[in-house]
Amino acid sequence: MTYDETTLAQLTEDAAAIIARYPVKRSALLPMLHLVQSVDGFVSPDGIEFCAGQLDLTAAEVSAVATFYTQYKRRPNGEYQVGVCTNTLCAVMGGDRIWDELSEHVGVGHDETTEDGQITLERLECNAACDYAPVMMVNWEFFDNQTPESAKQVVDDLRAGKDVAPTRGPAKVCSFKQVSRVLAGFEDGRADEDQGAGTPTLAGLEAAKEQGWKGAAK
Amino acid sequence: MTDLVPVLSATWGSEQSWSLDTYTDAGGYAPLKKALGMEPGDLIQAVKDSGLRGRGGAGFPTGMKWGFLPPDDGGPRYLVVNADESEPGTCKDIPTMMSAPHALIEGVIITSFAIGCNHAFIYLRGEVVHVYRRLLQAVREAYEAGHLGKDIHGSGFDLDVTVHAGAGAYICGEETALLDSLEGRRGQPRLKPPFPAVAGLYARPTVVNNVESVASVPAIVDKGVEWFTAMGTERSKGMGLFSLSGHVTRPGQYEAPLGITLRELLELAGGIREGHELKFWTPGGSSTPIFTQDHLDTPLDYESVGAAGSMLGTRALQLFDDTTCVVRAVTRWTEFYKHESCGKCTPCREGTYWLTQILKRIEAGRGTEADIQQLLDTCDSIAGRSFCALGDGATSSIISSVKLFREEYEAHVEQGGCPFDHSAAALFDYSDTPATEEAHA
Repeated sequence: MTYDETTLAQLTEDAAAIIARYPVKRSALLPMLHLVQSVDGFVSPDGIEFCAGQLDLTAAEVSAVATFYTQYKRRPNGEYQVGVCTNTLCAVMGGDRIWDELSEHVGVGHDETTEDGQITLERLECNAACDYAPVMMVNWEFFDNQTPESAKQVVDDLRAGKDVAPTRGPAKVCSFKQVSRVLAGFEDGRADEDQGAGTPTLAGLEAAKEQGWKGAAK
Repeated sequence: MTDLVPVLSATWGSEQSWSLDTYTDAGGYAPLKKALGMEPGDLIQAVKDSGLRGRGGAGFPTGMKWGFLPPDDGGPRYLVVNADESEPGTCKDIPTMMSAPHALIEGVIITSFAIGCNHAFIYLRGEVVHVYRRLLQAVREAYEAGHLGKDIHGSGFDLDVTVHAGAGAYICGEETALLDSLEGRRGQPRLKPPFPAVAGLYARPTVVNNVESVASVPAIVDKGVEWFTAMGTERSKGMGLFSLSGHVTRPGQYEAPLGITLRELLELAGGIREGHELKFWTPGGSSTPIFTQDHLDTPLDYESVGAAGSMLGTRALQLFDDTTCVVRAVTRWTEFYKHESCGKCTPCREGTYWLTQILKRIEAGRGTEADIQQLLDTCDSIAGRSFCALGDGATSSIISSVKLFREEYEAHVEQGGCPFDHSAAALFDYSDTPATEEAHA
């Protein structure tokens, strides 16, 4: 392993905190792979060795798991993972067009990263926001009701180093490494940041109010 | 006209709706205190009597699932919440956890108390980081308030909750694949039996429940079985979140008694987008056979939807109007199943690959009449023959769409291409330049 002493000490401390959450330590593997990505920006050979060592697994066993899940990246990832949903509903509502224009605009295809290391593009499967179609995700934050123009603007702003807020979520999109640390189960203090619940989320509530809220005794 | 019944969604519009204070001010955690004063067996009986059925798609009675756990042998038993919401069209658990995570946490505590679990897990899909933030914070707040930890409110009951983020794999929504994933393995389904109730997480007795099922428990404890059974239909009791998406004027989450119809929901949601008509829709996500206008008045409960040839599933109503090419829609869903097949069993792994080949050929206008029959034959080799339900789900939209829209498949063959202008289906204007043909993710 090539981690310097400080990095290794921090990783080891974090790994111990993750392992302590589970009755059986192998359960720590998925969050630990997110942790490795928070340091290296992908699941590196060093990271695989580290996880294997901590969990008494072989590197092959860790790799077998890492390669099963799409969020684990096998090459250095861009600072921002930009996914356009092209599953049926989003695709039909315009996701296919957004993907075509965005991919051409950025100059890379699916699972490819721009030369400046900023943007990794991905054709995304359903991300459970269908009532906000067409949807784009940036580092796993919601960008709802997108158009080709809005999607390109988001990416341009990110590449220009501006803070970009998702439509639902925190005040700004964090980096891939920062978000990976949250996914390893470490809070980043942004849970109370909010852009509003979103009109579709509240659509039924509004309709119920118009009905006079007769249904549910509250 | 059926009235909407906001129960889980009632507080979503409140200021800081996700916070412990907001939830408590609205009466939250009072049901927990009530439950801790009850016998666990009585809680299980109450949930059985309520008729609550799993809200994750299969509709299995929740109380019965709890009752399947073997008698206490002194070893650990687990509750695992399936928060891996990934079925195309399904988008109810994410807003539930984003807007009111404490409803789930309170449900987890009551359920754990009922089944004798001291360590519960919430398995959240990894691609929703802000939801994870909210859940982590809610669990921390619950510990600080004494709702979690040792000797909860002096009851002698101990509970720890771990919120676990997945890493991108639809198959982990299948309960045994989820358990393997939670154990730090590739998410592949297990052979059943043994069922999780007997040998689940770490081979111990385990209940796996969907987010909405668990989050419904505090309201049942609070308001009572009769309140719950007064809603819904004879064998489909209570309320549920109906998620409308697609070509509808006001898409979103509509919480209503089971048995409401799409016609009623559409009226509340402002109808299909202006100038168009409903063409086809899924009642319960992409794994459920599609419906048409003929099913506008089908009561959306487990029995009626089943009798009409589909499944209530997750009440994920994806609505497509007359501009949508059904072959395009079905092809894309099939590519999804091919991508998400875990590869463990041959019918699904190979079958979804071949289905995709055939469908892409037809969609591109290079198919033949024989290809349509080949599609159905291939579906026959998958449905009922795959290891888990993913394979069955992959065939649903194909079989139903060929039955309902065969002429549209034939039109692609005869015309040598897609008869639809894809830009007409989009929600923004653009001119339809030839689409780049690219491998799907």
